[in-house]
Order: sequence, then C-alpha cells, then structure tokens
Amino acid sequence: MKAEGIQAASWLLVALPLAGAAILLIGGKRTDKWGHLLGVAMSVASFGVGAAMFVQMLGYGAEERRRTVHLWDFIDVGSFTVGMDLLVDPLSISFVLLITGVGSLIHIYSIGYMSHDPDRRRFFAYLNLFVAAMLLLVLGGNYLILFLGWEGVGLASYLLIGFWQHKPTAATAAKKAFVVNRVGDIGLVLAISLMFATFGSIGFDQVLGEGAEHAGLASQLSTGTATAIGLLLLLGACGKSAQLPLQSWLLDAMEGPTPVSALIHAATMVTAGVYLIVRSAPIFEMSDTAQLVVTIVGAATLLAGAIIGCGKDDIKKALAGSTMSQIGYMHLAAGLGRTGYVFAIAHLIAHGFFKAGLFLGAGSVMHGMNDDVNMRRFGGVRGFMMITYATFGLGYLAIIGFPFLSGWFTKDGIIEAAYAKEGTSGIILGSCALIGAGITAYYMSRVMFMTFFGEKRWADDVHPHESPKVMTVPLMVLAIGSVFAGGFLVLGGFAEFLEPVVGKPEHEHHFAWLTAPGAATFVLMLIGAGIAWRQYGARPVPREQPAGSFLTVAARKDLYGDALNESLLMRPGQWLTRLAVWFDGRGVDGAVNGVAAGIGGTSGRIRRIQTGFARSYALSMVFGAAVIVAALLVVNVA
Amino acid sequence: MTSHVSAALAPGGDIPAPHIEYGQIMPILLVLGVAVAGVLVEAFVGRTWRYTVQVPLAFLGLAGGFAWTIVLGLRDETHAVAAEGALGVDGPTLFLQGTILILALVSLLLIADRGTGSFAAQAAALPGSEAEQRTTAAGIIQTEVFPLLMFAVGGMLIFPASNDLLTMFVGLEVMSLPLYLLCGLARRRRLLSQEAAVKYFLLGSFSSAFFLYGIALLYGYAGSVKLGDIAAEAGRDAGSETLLLGGIALLALGLLFKLGAVPFHMWKPDVYQGAPTPITALMASCTLVSAFGAMLRVFFVAFENLTWEWRPAMWGVSIITMIAGAVIAITQTDIKRMLAYSSIAHAGFLLTGVIATSREGLSSTLFYLAAYGFTTVGAFAVVTTVRDAGGEAGHLSRWAGLGKRSPLIAGVFAFFLLAFAGIPLTSGFTGKFAVFKAAVEADATPLVVVGVISSAIAAFFYVRVIVVMFFSEPEADGPTVVVSPATAAAVVLGLAATVVLGVLPQPVLDLAGHAATQMFVR
Repeated sequence: MKAEGIQAASWLLVALPLAGAAILLIGGKRTDKWGHLLGVAMSVASFGVGAAMFVQMLGYGAEERRRTVHLWDFIDVGSFTVGMDLLVDPLSISFVLLITGVGSLIHIYSIGYMSHDPDRRRFFAYLNLFVAAMLLLVLGGNYLILFLGWEGVGLASYLLIGFWQHKPTAATAAKKAFVVNRVGDIGLVLAISLMFATFGSIGFDQVLGEGAEHAGLASQLSTGTATAIGLLLLLGACGKSAQLPLQSWLLDAMEGPTPVSALIHAATMVTAGVYLIVRSAPIFEMSDTAQLVVTIVGAATLLAGAIIGCGKDDIKKALAGSTMSQIGYMHLAAGLGRTGYVFAIAHLIAHGFFKAGLFLGAGSVMHGMNDDVNMRRFGGVRGFMMITYATFGLGYLAIIGFPFLSGWFTKDGIIEAAYAKEGTSGIILGSCALIGAGITAYYMSRVMFMTFFGEKRWADDVHPHESPKVMTVPLMVLAIGSVFAGGFLVLGGFAEFLEPVVGKPEHEHHFAWLTAPGAATFVLMLIGAGIAWRQYGARPVPREQPAGSFLTVAARKDLYGDALNESLLMRPGQWLTRLAVWFDGRGVDGAVNGVAAGIGGTSGRIRRIQTGFARSYALSMVFGAAVIVAALLVVNVA
Repeated sequence: MTSHVSAALAPGGDIPAPHIEYGQIMPILLVLGVAVAGVLVEAFVGRTWRYTVQVPLAFLGLAGGFAWTIVLGLRDETHAVAAEGALGVDGPTLFLQGTILILALVSLLLIADRGTGSFAAQAAALPGSEAEQRTTAAGIIQTEVFPLLMFAVGGMLIFPASNDLLTMFVGLEVMSLPLYLLCGLARRRRLLSQEAAVKYFLLGSFSSAFFLYGIALLYGYAGSVKLGDIAAEAGRDAGSETLLLGGIALLALGLLFKLGAVPFHMWKPDVYQGAPTPITALMASCTLVSAFGAMLRVFFVAFENLTWEWRPAMWGVSIITMIAGAVIAITQTDIKRMLAYSSIAHAGFLLTGVIATSREGLSSTLFYLAAYGFTTVGAFAVVTTVRDAGGEAGHLSRWAGLGKRSPLIAGVFAFFLLAFAGIPLTSGFTGKFAVFKAAVEADATPLVVVGVISSAIAAFFYVRVIVVMFFSEPEADGPTVVVSPATAAAVVLGLAATVVLGVLPQPVLDLAGHAATQMFVR
C-alpha cells in the first residue's frame, strides 16, 4: 500500500541527518561554532518526523500499517530493476523511534562530553551520518537499499571508532572493525546475489510477501536454498552484531568516544543483525537448520560475552562484553521463530535504553575521573556523582533482570521462549540463557561494586565530580526507559503491534507474572550478585590486577578470540601475501622488467635508423615500396 | 572510356561546359575562394591591417564551409557524384569534410594566436641575418600563413572526396604544397624548421611520384582513372594482373606516406618537430583525417573486389606501424617527436579499421579520426603553452615538475595522454574499441592482438610523461606556462571533445554509423 501524509515523506528521516552531515563536513571550520547544535537539531527533527509517522500508523488498522514509498528507480538494467524504496511498517517504525530517540539523547549528551574536543563538529557530522545510514538500513524496502544503509553504518562506525586517530590503538581498532565487518558483508552480498539468482528479485514485497502470512516467493523455497540464504544472512548478521565467530572487533571498538560506544556499539548498529534476521523471517522459517544455527550462535555468544565481561577491568570493555552477550540473547530469540521474534525486538529496544544509559553513565564517570577506564582505580564514586550513580544503578537493575524492570520483562521472556522450544535443543538453549542470566548478574554487580562502592582507589590528582546538566538529563531520560520500557512493551501489546510483520506465533503466548524459568532466573541472579558482593563488595579491591584463575585469564584475553583469528586467518594470510609478493617480485616483475628492458633496448637500436638524412629516408621508402610490390606480386601471381 | 570524355572529344570541335553542382561542393569552393581572397588581401591591404582582415576571413571561410557541410548532411539525399563525376559527395565525405573543417578551425585558433608568435616575421630572411633581426624587431607578423592554410585545407577537402585518381592527385598536391611552405615558417629554431620543410618537400615529391606512377599503372590496367571503373574492370578479372597489383602497391604507398605508416614514416618525427607547433597540430589532425579519407575511398571503392590481394601486405604494414611507432616512441626525449611517433602508432591502429573493409570498419575509422583529431590538436595546443626563453620547451626533462608549477595545464595534458593511451572514459578508448571490434568481426583478430600489445607498450611512454610532470621535482629555471585566450579555447575544445566522446560517444558513433550506411558513391 502506498504511504500517505507524513509517511510519504519518510525520506525526510534519512535526508535530514544526511543533510546535517553534509553541511558539517563540507562547511568545515566555518561551522565549528554551531555545528553541534545543527547535529542535534537534525537528529531531533528526525525523531519528530518518526514520531508523527508512528502516530499516523496507530490511526490505521493492523492490516493497513504496511506502507511503501517509491522514490526513484535506483538501478534499471534490462530486466533488473531496483527501486529506491522505503518500507514503513511496525517493525521499521520501532527501529526508527529507537534510533532517533536514543540517538537524539546521545547527541545531546555528546555536546557536553565532547565539549573540550577541537574536532567536535566532525564528531557530530559522523554521528549524523550514522543516524542517516542506520535509518536507511531499517527503512529500506529491498535488500539492496538495506545493504546501502548497512555499508553506511559500517563506514560511520569505522570513522567514529578511529575518531581519535592520533592514538594508534584507535586507528588499529577502526581498521579491525572494518575488516571483520567485510567478512560479514561478503555473506550478506552473497545472500542478496543468491536471492536474485533464485527469485529474480530482491524486493521485500516480492521475496518476503506483503503480509503476516509470509506468502512471498520465499515460501516456495527449497530447504537447501533457504538454508544457504539463511546462513549467508546470518554471516552478515554475525559481522555487524559481533556474534561468534566475528565478535573480535567489538571489544576493540571501545577505543571510540563513549557516546559512540553507547549509540553505535550498544544501542543501535550492532542490533542490525537481529533486524536482518527478523526481517528475513520468511526465509528462515523455510529452514529448520538455519534457525537452529542462529539459536546456537546466539546461545554461544551470550555465554562467551558474559564470561568476557567477568574478566575485564576496563569499564567499557566489561560493558562491551555485556553487549555481545545481550545481542546473543536477541539472536537466540530470533532463531526461535515466531515465538521469539517479539521478544527479540522487545529486548532489543529495552536493551537500547538500559545499555545506552549504562554506557553514558560510564562515560560520565570517566568524565569525572580524568578519562580513566580502569575500574580498579575507581571505587566509592557514588558520593561524588549521585545522578550518575542513580541512573547507572537503575540500568544495572534492568540488565540483570531485577523484577518489574525492563530486563525482567524481556529477558525472562526469551528464557521462557527458549525452554518452550520442542526437543532437547529447547532445554539446552534455555539452560544456556538461564546460566547467562546468572553470569550477567555477576559481572554487572562486579562493575557496580568496583565503580561506585568500596574505598577510594583513585590517584591524588583525580577530583571526581558530577557531569553537567547536558549530560545528566539524557541519563535520567534513559533511566526512565530502563525502568519502564520493557514493561510497557510486554504489557502494552507490542506483540499485537508487530504481528502484521512477524506473524502470529503457533502457541498463543500469555504473559504470566510468575513462571518456573522466571523464578529460576531470579534465584540465579541473586546468587550471581551475591558472589560479586563477596568478591568485590565485602573485600577491598586490589589496585593491581591479581593473577587470576585460568578462566579469568581467558576472559581477559577475550577467550582467545584474537589468538584464534591470528593463527587461523592472519598468519596464513600473511604467508600467502608474502608468497604472492615473492612471486610478484621474482616472477612477475622479473618478466615485466625483462620485457621492458628488451623493448627499451630495441627502441634505442631502431631509432638509430632515423639518421636525419633525407637520402636514407628516401632509401627506406624505396625499400618499403619494393617489399610491398613484391609482397603483392608474390602472394597473388605466384 | 566514359561518356563525358568521349563527348568532349566528339567531332565538331564544340567543348561542352562541364556541369558543376555548386551546392554540393560549396564547402570546397568556399575555402578555396577565401584562400584566393587571402592572396588578394596580401597584395592590396596595408601591412598593419592584414592580420586584422585575414583572421576573420579565414575564420569565416572555415566556419561557413562547416555550416554548409552540416546543411548538406541534414538533407535526405546526400549521395551523389558532383562535377562530372570528379567528386563524390556522400556520407563519409561529408563526415570527413566536417571533421577536417572543425579541426582546422581549432588549429586556426592556435595559428592566429599572436601571443605565442609561432611564425617567422619574414620567412625569406636568412636565419641569423641582419634582415631577420630587423623584421623581428619591427614586430612584423607573417600573414601569408592564412591563405596558405586555406589552400591546404581546400586540398584536404578535395583529397578524400575525389572520385577519380587524377582529382585525387590534384587534391594531394593542393594540400601538400602549402604544407611544405608552412613547415618552414617557425619563428624560433629556424634552421630546424627549414630543414623540416625541405625534407618534407623532397620526400613528399618522391612519394607523389610513386603515387602518380601507381595511377599510370592502374590506367594501363583499367583504361580509366575513375575509381568505379577500376573496380568494375577488376571485377571482370581481365587484363594484366601485374599492372593492377603494381598499381595498387604504388598508389597505396603514396597514401601510406601521407599517413606516416612504417616504413614511410621517417619524415614525420623530423617534420613534426621542426614545423611551427600550430602547423604540426594541423598536420597531425586534418592531414591525417584527409589522408585516411582518401585511403578509405580507394580501398573501399576501387579495390573492393581485391580484398584478398591487398590485405596481406596491408596487414604487414599495419602490424609493423603499430609496433614500430610504439617502440621507438619509448626512447624519445622531445615531446613533439614523441607525439609524432604516437601519431604513427595511431595510424597503425586506424589501419586495422581500414583493413576490416566493412561498414563497421568504415564507421569506426571515421569516429576514431574525429576523436583522435581533437585530442591531438588539444595536446599540441598544450605544447605551445609550455615556454621558456628559447620558445617552446620541447625537451621532456624541461617538463619535470610541471604538475607542481601549473597543475591545471599538466592535468589537462595528462588527460590527453591517457586518451592517446586509450584509457576508458576518454575518446581514445571508444575509438580504439570501435576499430578493434570491427577488425575482430572481419576476422583480423591477430591484428587486434598486436594492436592491444602495442597499446600497452605505448601506455608506457604516455604514463612516463605523466610521471615526469607530477612526480619529479621542478627545475629551478623551468619553463613557464603562458596561456593566451585563443590557445586556451583550443585546449578547452580539444578537452571537451575528448571527454564527451569518451563519456557519451553514442551520438557521434551514430553519426559516423549513419554516414557509413550507404558507403561510398562512385
């Protein structure tokens, strides 16, 4: 159905921040004074448009909420036509509100956080660029436009991780993120190509169908092809969402400024993989194998991320491990099929609030602690920054799943859904999710105790202080989201809202306040938090990192992910390039230089024929004439 | 014998006036008329006013001729023989004449540019003599250049249009004689210039003799000098084959000399280097177009049934021309000599289109000629702008670091070089692609392979110039870039054509294809 009213102008969502980025980048230093304000204005304006679109959508019946906008023909070659199409439906509008809402708060926060940075304008330009690309990703009406946004957010992420490019670690981290994402992107490109080869189309309308019944071309897929496309899509999702085995870049990405970590590497971009899988639900539903692999990847990542989070003393890296883990939950849910989609998206949105709040809180702490990130040099900060402490604390309670806060509603939903899956796989997946919840409570409590409780461990020249209003107000808004978003979504009919997109679950799911998995989660949460209290709350925290057990060391080293990459990919790659260089130097260059020298030498000799004397020129003409006449006569007469 | 000749010799002694279609051949008449008027201007207009009168006159003559050609091209019925069968006015003729006229207009911008002052104040004065110093000091400007130019262009228009070999010979000479003179008119390094003129004259006369002898042999074979009659006679497969084959060989030689195909190319580097650069630009573009036009007409009309006879020899010439042009260019150190060898290599590429002897071969050769003509005029126009105390800085080493001194002009020149090398998105790529495609379709794949290899060799010396310009440190007393408006206009026109024919070649490809649809009249 064609979009009308403000929804027909949904291109504004992308165009506004894009224009902001363009103005700030082209305008250069002239825009330094007001650049950050323009960046914020564009993001807030986008949010305004998104909210208006949402209100308009609520006015439609459930079946009429899917609207398309065709802007122009993007590619038109022979029988291959791809339009610049946007799709406005409940799923994309949920993302739009999350991206622009949380994005705007982080824009505002950044005014304060980046106030001392000489390149603040450039920072806002990149942030705007990111928002535009991310909105294009979720609004794209076919896989190519999605891919356009997908690459756009990759670029913005690269630029922002390496924003402080004078630090070699930041530059390396940016490169690493870019390269690892390329691996995932190849999966996505192959998936799109395979779709085009199979269906002759890559439009959502044609491939996925236009309604909840998922009656597009994908419903006629053979299991083999569906598995292939599904796994390739999953590879793309793993790259963008830092899921195993492409997780290694996310921890390094914390080199970027903290608002970036909050917006891109926690709340929005890294969840694009979940969006991709939920959006492509009709394809995954055709292949049990693909779905099962998604759940396995999710479960493995949620445990790995949680374990990594336990070993980190860097507050941002601990939170990054947590992000990996939480996105693992979402992937697990997305792989569960129709029972899980709603929880995946609900957890994604709730997570967007509390994780953004946690990151920004961490940034606020760092801001007061001379940009230190080592929690072993924090301790007892709560007395100095009450607002940060309170908002961080609410986010903490939300993520560990404290009853009636956001995380409790959405994460427990995922655990229940996992247990509800038939067969042994359901029990294994559910147990993984359950144990993960316990570990989450442990590492988050560890962060909480090491940072805000205990005795002061900071150096004498550090003077902790509360951040300015421009930073604390976004914290407070996000804290409200951390508390209420989950309950609002689960109790407020989010499932019915998404139903026109993701379809009706086979078993009607009714929310219950008390369930067996819920109770088990609660107990595990208490145990996890209790152990953390015994280790980090009741005992003084050493300022130097102790040796630690085998598991701790492994967690500190990101479970040897980098070592694995190095030995499996980097070293062989280097050998291959060395071999290629050797072959190029000896073989190819030898041949090329030999030929070049040969031609050059020939040239030097032949040019001597050009004596400069007209008589020898004339002789050469006579010679040529004789040869031509002879050639003609010999060839034809003889 | 054809009817009108026998009619002319009819008893009774009346010689009927020949019927001339003035409208059809008006471009030629206009240009030659302006040339005659130019001579009168030289005779009757005062020295101070001559330049002011000659330039607009020449300009109007060329522009008028071009406009008339377009009008002729727009008519539905363009295919006819004119002037009692002496000239063929058909699609290829009009395309070639239009190309020659527009390229001559661009060259005229360079020739008329007083800022660069390429021409000797008094060509007759001995180099280094007192008379020379006196005339130079008086600031006299040679204006004989303009009527000479117009005569040469008139000859160029006749050459590819001529429908019989005698007219063709007349066209050849009308074109060549003024060019010999023009080559000797350089203001600086006059001895080099005069040497070039004499060499060009001697070798040109030599080749004309071959050409004439070829005509005689063919007349002996066919009893006619008309291209159509020779074709008809060859189709009947009667007469002495030796006469025919010898005629083909010698006629081809005369034409190959004008193109600068190996081994008849040796005049080209010397003459291109010695001649005043605007004249070099004229020769490298217009003369080449005209000579290829004549070549196409002879081989497509007179020898159309003899493809199997002449092809092997032409294959050989084409291959050796491409390779020798590209290879020898590598060791050149003078920019004009390098461009001369580049022009030789391009003549080889163009010959592959001629050898294809198909409609595609014809249209692609026409397109290539137009594309190459513009690029080469532009390149030589750039050469005129890089100057030091001794005039143009010809030696390559003087161009070192030009990219730092004058990034714009160096960038434009680099673009022209890339076009010569045939890099995509330049006209050079489109042209080369078109002729090679035609050659492949005509089963001349080995030629194309050689063509591609020599393109690769040629790319080396084009890119070397770019490297010298952009990646070398400038000399302390390096040349300066002086761009006057007229030269700038020529550069811009060359650049625009090179870009447009590279990015959006279809309209001109269509035009060339349309011109070639009905091939040649006879």
